[in-house]
Amino acid sequence: MNRLLLIRYGEIALKGGNRPFFEKRLLRNIQDSLWGLRPFEVTFRRGRYYVKISDDNLFAAQQRLQKVFGVVSISPVFEAELNIEDIYSEAYKLLEANYTPGMSFKVNTRRSNKNFPNTSPEVNSNTGAYLLDRGLDLKVDVHNPNIVINIDIREKGAYLYSQTIPGPGGMPVGVTGKGLLLLSGGIDSPVAGWMASKRGIEMEALHFHSPPFTGEGAINKVMDLCKVLSAYSGNITLHLAPFTEIQKQIRQNCPEPMLITLMRRIMFRVAERLALQRKISALFTGESLGQVASQTLENLVAINDVTSIPILRPLISFDKEEIINISRKINAFDISIRPFEDCCTLFVPRHPVTRPTIEELQKAEEKIPVEELVKDCLENIETRTIKSRE
Amino acid sequence: MRIKEVYIDNSATTRPYPEVISEMSRVMDEEYGNPSSLHRRGSEGERILNTSRQVLADILGVKNNEVIFTSGGTESNNLAILGIARRNRRRGNHLVTTAIEHSSVLQAFNQLEKEGFEVTYLVPEKNGVIDPQKAVEALTSRTILVSIMHVNNEIGSIQPISRISKMLKAKNPAVIFHVDAVQSFTKFSLSPQQQGIDLLSMSAHKFHGPKGVGTLYIKDGIHLEPLNWGGGHEKGLRPGTENTPGIAGMALAAKISTADRRENMEKMNSLKEKLISSILTEHPWAQLNGPLEEEGAPHIFNISFPGLKGEIILHALEEYFIYVSTGSSCHSSAKEPSHVLRALGLNEEATEGAIRFSLSHLNTEEEMDYAASKINSVIAELANFHKITT
Repeated sequence: MNRLLLIRYGEIALKGGNRPFFEKRLLRNIQDSLWGLRPFEVTFRRGRYYVKISDDNLFAAQQRLQKVFGVVSISPVFEAELNIEDIYSEAYKLLEANYTPGMSFKVNTRRSNKNFPNTSPEVNSNTGAYLLDRGLDLKVDVHNPNIVINIDIREKGAYLYSQTIPGPGGMPVGVTGKGLLLLSGGIDSPVAGWMASKRGIEMEALHFHSPPFTGEGAINKVMDLCKVLSAYSGNITLHLAPFTEIQKQIRQNCPEPMLITLMRRIMFRVAERLALQRKISALFTGESLGQVASQTLENLVAINDVTSIPILRPLISFDKEEIINISRKINAFDISIRPFEDCCTLFVPRHPVTRPTIEELQKAEEKIPVEELVKDCLENIETRTIKSRE
Repeated sequence: MRIKEVYIDNSATTRPYPEVISEMSRVMDEEYGNPSSLHRRGSEGERILNTSRQVLADILGVKNNEVIFTSGGTESNNLAILGIARRNRRRGNHLVTTAIEHSSVLQAFNQLEKEGFEVTYLVPEKNGVIDPQKAVEALTSRTILVSIMHVNNEIGSIQPISRISKMLKAKNPAVIFHVDAVQSFTKFSLSPQQQGIDLLSMSAHKFHGPKGVGTLYIKDGIHLEPLNWGGGHEKGLRPGTENTPGIAGMALAAKISTADRRENMEKMNSLKEKLISSILTEHPWAQLNGPLEEEGAPHIFNISFPGLKGEIILHALEEYFIYVSTGSSCHSSAKEPSHVLRALGLNEEATEGAIRFSLSHLNTEEEMDYAASKINSVIAELANFHKITT
C-alpha cells in the first residue's frame, strides 16, 4: 500500500524572488535522501512537499527526512478524496492505527478549499460522530485529547494526520555555496561541518595525515565521520593531504615552541589554495576560542597573517560540553573518540607554550621552503568521494 | 628469498594452519549436523565433539569429562572466575588475582567487586613475576579463589604456577586455583593434575586454530555456576548448540602445535634472541621490559623506545609489512597506557614507546633478519626526527 508523507519547510518561505531556487534545491535534496527506497514520488504543491512511498519504506523515509536541512516537520498522512465519506473512512484508518481502548480524541479541520461543501465545524462534528459510532472504546476530549485528527482540506484532496515529527530546520544544503571543512578526526570539526551544512553549505573536506606514521585506522575514521555527515549534507568530497614531509622540515629546522603554530600556518595555506582550485569560497574549522593552546586569539591572528580567504568558525564560542552534545546527537561522537594517532601527535611537543609574534613566525619560516612544501602537498592530495548512500 | 610479510603479533592472534581451515570447511560442508539431533547427521556431530574432547584431554593428561568447550579465552576466564565465586559465595568472599592479568580476568573481578566480593591484586616484581610468598600471604580463611595467568600476554613473564599452587594448598587446601593459560597452552607443557590447577583457560586462535572457540578445563568435583542458561549442553555449564567446525579445528590445531613442542620452543627462543640482540645492540637506549631475556617466554617480549610513540612505530613498520603491536590489542579501543607496564613501574615515556613482539614457530630466521634491519632503520629515523640523543 502506498502512504504519503507531508513535509513542511519554514525559513525558505520568507525568501523573496529566490524562493523557487530554494524550493527546487530542497526538492532535489529530498529526492536524493530517499535514494534506494524506490518506488517513491515527490511532489510540490502550495508550499508543501508530498512523498508518496510504500508502506514498508515509510519509517525509513521518515528517518532520512529528519536529516534533510530545510525540513521543519514531517507528518505521515492519509489521503482522502474530496468527499465526506472518503474523509470518514480515512479518519477511521488513522484512528485505528493509533488506537488504544479508552483513548480520547478530537478532530481539527482546516478547510483552505472553500469549494468543499461542508464547513470546518461540520466536518469536525460529523467525523467525530462517525468515529464514535464504530463500536470502539472512545471518547471526545477537545481540551486534552490523546490524539488530534487533523483534516486538511485542500485543492486536490484532503489530508489527514495526527503526528508531527520535527525536522532539522536550517537551509537546504547547496543554497548558500560551497565550503571546505578542515576535518581532523576529533570531536569539534565534524560538528562544525554539520553546522555549516545546516546553513545550506555544500561540503568538501580536507584531512591532513602523516603516512606512514598515521595508519589506515586514522583514514577510516575520517571516512566514517564523512559518512555520518553525508547523511545531512549529501555526498562529500574528501581530500587527504600528506603532511609528513612538512612536519619533518619544521621539526628539524624551526624552534620547538613554534611547531604547532607553524604547522597550522602551512595547513591553512594548503587549504586556501585547494579552496581556490575547487572554486570554494570559504574555509570552515572546528576551532573554539581558548579550548587548547593553539586556539588562542593570537593563534587565529597568526593564521590570518597567511590567508585571505574567509575562515568561518561556527563553534568559536561554544563550550566543549555543548559541542559534545551535538556530536552525540548526530552520531559522530563514538567515531570521534576512536583512539588513533592523528598527524599532530607526531610532534609531541612537551610544552606547547605558544605566544610567538608574527615576526618570529615569519623568521622561522625562512628556514624552510614553504612555497615548495605547500605545492608538493597540494600535488599529492588524494581525493575520495564519500557517498551518503551506497 | 623475498619476504612477503613478517607477522610477529602472534599473541593477538595467529594465522590458522591450512589443515585446520580445510578440516573446518569439510565439517561445515559434510558433517554439519547438530550433535543433539538423533539422526545420522547428529551422531556425526557428536563424534566430532567426543574425539575433539579426547584430543584436548590427552594433551592435558586429564579425563575427557573435565574438558568443556567455550567461545574462547574471554568466556573461559569469565566462566571460571564468575562461576566459582558465585557458586562458593557461602564459603567466603575473598578472591586473589594479579595486577597484570588479561582484561577478561580483571574485568570479571571488577564485576565481582560490585557483587560484594573483596579482591586482592598481587603486584609483580620488576621482572613481571609474582613472588609466591606474596600470594600465600594474601590468603585468608575466607579466600575461595586464586586466579593467576601462566604467561603474560604483554611482556612474556612466566608465573611459577606449580610452586604457587603447592604453597597455596598447603596453607588453605580448600582454595580453588584458576590459571589463564591462553598464551602458554600448546607451547609449555601443562599438566593440571601435577601442577595443582583446578581450572585452566585456553583459546584456539592463539595456537593457529580458529577464532571464537576455546576450552576450559574443570577438575572433577569442582562446581561452578553457569553464565548462560539453555539446553544443557556441556554439562549445563555452557549451553548452546556446539560450534563443531570450530571445535574440530581447535583440536587439530592443538594436535599439530604440540606434536613438535620442544623443537618449536627452541626455534622461537633462537628467533627471539636474534631479534632482541640486534635491536638492543643497534639502539642501546631501548629497554627490554619485564623479565630478563632468558627468564621470559620464548615467544613474547616487549621493548620500549622511550621518547617515541608506539603507535607511530607500529605504522612505520606496517609500511614494510611487519606487523607488531603496542600494548595488548585486546583493549586497544581504550587509549590508555598498558596496565601491565604500569604495574611494572615504568614511566610514561617508556609505556608510550612500548612495542610488543610475539613470535610463532612458523616465523623464520630470514624474517627475523629482515624485521631487525627494518626495525633498526625505522627507529633510527624516528629517533632523529624526535631529536632523541642516543
